[in-house]
Amino acid sequence: MNDVGELPLSDDCQPPMANGEVLFDEPWQGRVFAMALLLAEQECFAWDEFQTTLIEVIDDWEVSDAREGAYVYYEHFQEALKRVLASKNVVDSTELDARTAAFADRPHGHDH
Amino acid sequence: MTDSRMALRAEALESLLTEKGLVDADRIDETISFYNERVGPMNGAQVVARAWRDADFKARLLADGTAAIDEFGFSGGQVDKLVVVENTPGTHNVVVCTLCSCYPWAVLGLPPRWYKDPAYRSRVVREPRAVLKEFGTAIPGDTTVQVWDSSAEIRYMVLPAMPLSWAGQSHDILASKVSRDSMIGVQVLLD
Repeated sequence: MNDVGELPLSDDCQPPMANGEVLFDEPWQGRVFAMALLLAEQECFAWDEFQTTLIEVIDDWEVSDAREGAYVYYEHFQEALKRVLASKNVVDSTELDARTAAFADRPHGHDH
Repeated sequence: MTDSRMALRAEALESLLTEKGLVDADRIDETISFYNERVGPMNGAQVVARAWRDADFKARLLADGTAAIDEFGFSGGQVDKLVVVENTPGTHNVVVCTLCSCYPWAVLGLPPRWYKDPAYRSRVVREPRAVLKEFGTAIPGDTTVQVWDSSAEIRYMVLPAMPLSWAGQSHDILASKVSRDSMIGVQVLLD
């Protein structure tokens, strides 16, 4: 997996690291991170564009009311991915929201 | 947006991208492993190393795993209830989630692929010794094998037995020797 060996993010939007390795606090964070890398590899978007969007998302958050809440890097990462995929017509935001709502309606009990 | 909402949206995104043929679960797993493999389990290894060296901590850990790991301040430690089960000469513990893949990710990182495999999930309950043997782990006949079924509410972690020859080693050295699989219970630590 040489193509993702170098973490392609600039210093101002690096993900949380420990001992030089990426930290995922929850499983979904790893999956979103991996999806972004794989989509960039397939040229669904340029990594620069994703990075620029991520910086915008974090900047937006910093001036918003949500600033009161905890900073969770991967929430911003996922939001940036959503925006980039919508702008590239890869995944429509409405389609994503509908699928998310459908999953939310499943019986609760176990995570995946 | 709450974490569970974010998790749902990530799952929804993965399902849509999979349908479009842009990602698949295996490639995602490989990518995550590449970045994640050693980080998550290191938290659990810290817990195990401390328990081996500090009897008071070990007692607290076995009495209330959730409270005891709070002392480490791991980020993302939102495990509703963590139960730590100790391997002893009389009992070997192994963890599974028979319904899906509930896993103590705060201490062990992301679950390995085989943990989510239906074969492991169903077989380890029926024939734990045979499954352990496939992992290269032979459990003596007079040792009870106890299987713990995780759920969204209760996650289990195994406190493996420390090989006697490791006694007196430093925390960091001990932690470096604790494998992920030993904390799931499919491996026994050897000299």
